[in-house]
Amino acid sequence: MSLNIVVLAKQVPDTRNVGKDAMKADGTINRAALPAIFNPEDLNALEQALQLKDAHPGSKITLVTMGLPRSAEMVRESLYRGGDDGVVLTDRPLGGADTLATSYSLAQTIRHLDKVDIIVGGRQAIDGDTAQVGPQIAEKLGLPQVTYAESVKVEDGIATIKRRIENGFETVTCPLPLVVTVNGSADACRPRNAKLIQKYKYAVTPSEKAQLSEDRQKLVESRPYLNIREWGVADIEADPNQIGMKGSPTKVKTVVNVVFQAKESKTIEGGDEAQLEGLVKELIADHIIG
Amino acid sequence: MANFYKDNKALQYHLRHPLMEKIVGMKERDYTQSQEFDYAPVDFDDAIDSYDKILEITGEITAETIAPNAESVDKEGPHHANGRVAYASKTQENLDVTRKAGLYGVSMPRKYGGLNLPNVTFSMMSEMIAQADAGFQNIWSLQSCIDTLFEAGDEDQFERYIPRVCNGETMSMDLTEPDAGSDLQSVMLKASQDEDGTWRLNGVKRFITNGDSDIHLVLARSEEGSKDGRGLSMFIYDKRNGGVIVRRIEDKMGIHGSPTCELVFKNAKAELCGSRRLGLIKYVMSLMNGARLGITAQSVGLCQAAYNEAIDYARSREQFGVAIINFPAVAEMLSNIKAKLDAARTILYETARFVDVYKIWEQISRERQLTPEERTEMKRYNRLADAFTPLSKASSSEYANQTAYDCIQIHGGSGFMRDYTCERLYRDARIMNIYEGTTQLQVVAAIRHVTTGTYLAQMKEYAEGQYSDEVAPLKARVDKMMAAYEEAVEKVKSYENPDYITFHARRMVEMAAWTIMSYLLCYDASREPELFMQSANVYVRYAEARLAANMKFINDFTPDETAIYNQE
Repeated sequence: MSLNIVVLAKQVPDTRNVGKDAMKADGTINRAALPAIFNPEDLNALEQALQLKDAHPGSKITLVTMGLPRSAEMVRESLYRGGDDGVVLTDRPLGGADTLATSYSLAQTIRHLDKVDIIVGGRQAIDGDTAQVGPQIAEKLGLPQVTYAESVKVEDGIATIKRRIENGFETVTCPLPLVVTVNGSADACRPRNAKLIQKYKYAVTPSEKAQLSEDRQKLVESRPYLNIREWGVADIEADPNQIGMKGSPTKVKTVVNVVFQAKESKTIEGGDEAQLEGLVKELIADHIIG
Repeated sequence: MANFYKDNKALQYHLRHPLMEKIVGMKERDYTQSQEFDYAPVDFDDAIDSYDKILEITGEITAETIAPNAESVDKEGPHHANGRVAYASKTQENLDVTRKAGLYGVSMPRKYGGLNLPNVTFSMMSEMIAQADAGFQNIWSLQSCIDTLFEAGDEDQFERYIPRVCNGETMSMDLTEPDAGSDLQSVMLKASQDEDGTWRLNGVKRFITNGDSDIHLVLARSEEGSKDGRGLSMFIYDKRNGGVIVRRIEDKMGIHGSPTCELVFKNAKAELCGSRRLGLIKYVMSLMNGARLGITAQSVGLCQAAYNEAIDYARSREQFGVAIINFPAVAEMLSNIKAKLDAARTILYETARFVDVYKIWEQISRERQLTPEERTEMKRYNRLADAFTPLSKASSSEYANQTAYDCIQIHGGSGFMRDYTCERLYRDARIMNIYEGTTQLQVVAAIRHVTTGTYLAQMKEYAEGQYSDEVAPLKARVDKMMAAYEEAVEKVKSYENPDYITFHARRMVEMAAWTIMSYLLCYDASREPELFMQSANVYVRYAEARLAANMKFINDFTPDETAIYNQE
């Protein structure tokens, strides 16, 4: 049985290689100083989608991403690895969205796609680290969700998912359709493929196409698979009050630069039970553990 | 994220050599394939952009997967059980990732599922893979055996075998036997025919790199009673048919990831590839030339790895309160490593370009008749490819050893410990000037191009090229090296004694190589001074002094003195 698979992915600043220019004086991220990358756990999710496609020939992988127009690169990265198409959701009113508005916008996008069997995304993005968007999409679409997935298999309309839990794994089953968020401990994503990168390197959104030379524009026009969908608020028929800043109840009051330093230290000599108990109690009281 | 291509401006420079426009245009048959294949380029810029992207993929895989796996592969090595080879676990991972990236069938036409890339691009991928893990480069680059099958076989064989190689099935060339190493004319493995005409192979092959591969090209004696090379033919053995077992795998000094096998053929079903009797004299020569270029790329990759290890260590290691890179003795060693790396690389890609022009004309000649001009050009490049292949293989593999040696020296006592990568590089390098023909045998292949003037003619062409004002003084010194080379060759030839030519062969071939690499570096420095000026300066001085030493030896020597070296 072939599957319609949606991969949710986000373009994020590469916070793993943070230099000294990474933060601006006001405490916000200096996006210009950080390269934009494919959110790492979304790559794990893409790999799960590709493995499902390998196991179910004829399956179709659609990558959905919301962000700046340059997020089209995310769709191309998917195409280079075996994805089939994608949607870039980009529109000014969508900007400044928190997880609630983001999940609403993405859920609306998915509603406007063909019937979906399985939606996979990374557990969380490295810029916000909320892990909320996947679960919220499931809620909005009324679908079951499985989080912390390490592998996803589908047989006879039932998904079997191995989940990473504390101290081990658990295996759960769930009928399709469903939302799965994939953990970073799942299989690493396969590399880009030499043939596919040649086939899809000119895949562009309409706004990118306008930047190409006339020759290349003609090439894109003659090959339908090189046209990436670029959707805005109107395309997904979104309620203006539920998107962007307006739809985001989360308000950032202030951002503080945290500098880790030990202010004081305490040495506890010996190690009998009473001393250890005292230490543990103190740590709990200070909210360091517990 | 580290990337062996994006981090290497020299590779990007060589990809953009002026001759590439011609090579790519020929390889793409004037860009006529884009209607039929969705991954074919529509013009030159498109093609180079695609090569860039494929090299970037290779650069990422080599830096992020293959290089980090190399230490574990070196320690684990392949396993031998029940007549089969199981690769080291990380070698298997390297295979999986390169297969998923589609880095197989690189040179093959698209109609069989290949990438249709020129040898220049293939060699760049090969170089980066060797930089990451020289042993894995053996397994990966043996895919180039398919080039020989594509030259010698028939359409039916192309259709059956080429797509499999494009999908990542591995290959091996089964030539060496216990009593036939450098002397392949002595091959004994017997090929005989059943009544229905089926060929069967019986005998033993030894030192076969990746000997448990999926598809083998086997050199065997098809003509009963024959004794020399003319009784040998080339066969395809398909592992799916069975009949060959791996009797043992060798316990080697280096390139541990690459299984070196002893194979026993027991009535193994095989098929003839090409014409009978041409196995050695035609096909194996082609196979060996491809393999030699592969080892050149491997050697350059090793030089790059040695340079990276050496400079990283020299920058971080402090003694007497300063980083050791600041000590003149260390800085000179590093400069020489870098200069040899750049020299080996520039002759590698010069050779690859010659091979490309020649081979692509040969392929086109199978599709249509060539014009007389085209035939002349094909012959010219064939000759240059033949002349430059042994020269680049000998130079680069010797430099791989020298740079690995110096890399350890820069590490001092730490370099002698197994904790550092330089120790593995040193062991891995040691085979490079031995297999696919020792340096001594490369000299045998190259010497006729000394005596017939192929090298000199090419040097003269380089001498007439355009150089920047900045490079001109250096280039003038290389012109003098050329004159000295010409004089030395004339002097040796003047005795009209073939044994005397053989005696000085290595000295003369080295002089040719040093002069040619000096010219090429002057050219590179003219185009990209920032990248190559320092190496050109260092290399020309190094080569000049070495050349003078060889010159003195030849000038002070007379034929009767060769007796000094007689050994019983």
